[in-house]
Amino acid sequence: MAGDLNALPMMLVRRLGSGALTLLFVASAIFLATELLPGDAATAILGQDATAEGLAALRERLGLDRAPHVRYFEWLWHLLSGDLGISYGTKSPVAALVADRLWNTLRLAAFAATLSLPAAFLLGVSSAMRAGTAFDRGLSAIALTIISVPEFFVGLGLVFVFAVHAGMFPALAIVRPGQDAAAFLRATFLPALTLALAIAPHVIRMTRSNVMRGLAGPFVEMAVLKGIPRRTIVWRHVLPNVVGPLINVAALVLAYFIAGVVVVETVFAFPGIGRLMVDAVATKDAPLVQACALVLSSIYVGVNTLADIAATIANPRLRNSR
Amino acid sequence: MSITGAARRSLRLPALPTRAVIGLAVLVALLLVSAAAPLLAPFGEAEIVSNESFGFPAVVGPLGTDHLGRDLLSRLLYGGRSTLLLALATTAIAFVVGVGAGLGAAMAGGVIDEVVSRFFDALLSFPSIVLALLMIGALGTSMPVLIGTVALVEACRVFRMARALAIDISALDFVAAARARGEGTWWLAAREVLPNALGPLSVEFGLRFTYAILFLSALSFIGLGVQPPTADWGVMVRENAKGLLYGSPAALVPAACITLVTLSVNTIVDAFADRDQDLRVPDMPP
Repeated sequence: MAGDLNALPMMLVRRLGSGALTLLFVASAIFLATELLPGDAATAILGQDATAEGLAALRERLGLDRAPHVRYFEWLWHLLSGDLGISYGTKSPVAALVADRLWNTLRLAAFAATLSLPAAFLLGVSSAMRAGTAFDRGLSAIALTIISVPEFFVGLGLVFVFAVHAGMFPALAIVRPGQDAAAFLRATFLPALTLALAIAPHVIRMTRSNVMRGLAGPFVEMAVLKGIPRRTIVWRHVLPNVVGPLINVAALVLAYFIAGVVVVETVFAFPGIGRLMVDAVATKDAPLVQACALVLSSIYVGVNTLADIAATIANPRLRNSR
Repeated sequence: MSITGAARRSLRLPALPTRAVIGLAVLVALLLVSAAAPLLAPFGEAEIVSNESFGFPAVVGPLGTDHLGRDLLSRLLYGGRSTLLLALATTAIAFVVGVGAGLGAAMAGGVIDEVVSRFFDALLSFPSIVLALLMIGALGTSMPVLIGTVALVEACRVFRMARALAIDISALDFVAAARARGEGTWWLAAREVLPNALGPLSVEFGLRFTYAILFLSALSFIGLGVQPPTADWGVMVRENAKGLLYGSPAALVPAACITLVTLSVNTIVDAFADRDQDLRVPDMPP
């Protein structure tokens, strides 16, 4: 037990270190992939009717004629100092473009998480407490059905019913700078609801199986024999034991809300970072593709690393394992 | 013990619940109808049959026309062929790669296992849609690139499962017995491990197939997947989405077809999978 005091900081260092290594790998892979994109900064600046001589001269001036590994290290160095380059399309700094869109995506994610996480979590717990009942089976069937539905069907279906026919909410999520909170919530209600519906069944299912696993533990039998009410057993005995896996569930959901919302953003023409990346790929805007991929992947890796650390802190048994 | 039990049960094929039978019937019907698209479709895949966009049902075709005045039913049939074939090809490739690498890594162990596992882990450190967008950006979008991209995303998950199964099964007595007989690694993998992994792997195949459909149609929907004028359910949703604002539900029809396929596969899989033991982290929507 004496080792436990040192185990925690060591674990933190190890997890953060492996997260950093993963990020380095991700950045390198992104650089490699965008190297394959046709065109470079020189063709983007000079446009279609550039001469070969003009291109060669500009490449030399911009340093594009240097070996790929030299440019790679320079790119990494710029990344570390927060310089993400200049977009080929808009000719403006990529960092500002990405920051703007990321802020929108984060706000939408927060809205969707508020709509879905507490409700789905409670439903998952009650489903596990009533395992095998009509409520549990009905909820499972509904969850399975929603999991099967593509997000664009949910999104477009909501648009058709609530925007086109009922006229209750706008069909397109228009986000303006200086918009007040109420206007933002109204404009983004349908996309947030789509995201919430897409994720809720996963949260319900995972919460249910984790609580079921906790209920099978010997300490639950002991608690039952002591005459502790079932509700108290679940909230006071089972949940603290499965909090680690549940933190992982929440992390997966947040990672999905931020990195996986491309489809929903497309349905509602929402100006988020996923949509920015799709447009960048479609217009072959290499610096913008790199920046979006990097930001999305970093959030994904970061959230997963943090969840790992949180789960380890919540469950002392994991501290000494790998 | 549980694995041999699962394999025995799956070989004896338990009585299917009614909803699984319905799911199976719907799935087979959709596969047959899509395969026979050229025979059944009243019009061509991209044939313009009316100068009216979003024409009402039964005026020209039975389901009306799409945004360019093409017959919606014909495009739906051809679209099903594209969507289902692409997803099947993708899943099949993902399984050949994932199961091959998973069994190989687990049986070989040591450095090979380490290297192969690290490779797939590294791919999993990307959000799958970002990985797909990067690959499509670098290679351009085409059928082979689409199939390869989604197959790679899927193969990572198949690899993990196949490797874990192979490691569990290799630890069982009958494998030790075969090894003691002097059987080679390949023989062990093919004759002892693989047959005992088939039950869980076929459940996984169903899940991966639905994921492939959702992923591929999501890519087509955002405009980076199958390209028009090819009929594909994801493409059709994209093409007709604007019509919703004018009150035409044409975009919802292909979306409903996708749902019908994934729902029937999920229903069948659900009948086989042991839900209370299933702590697998499910895939987030692509």
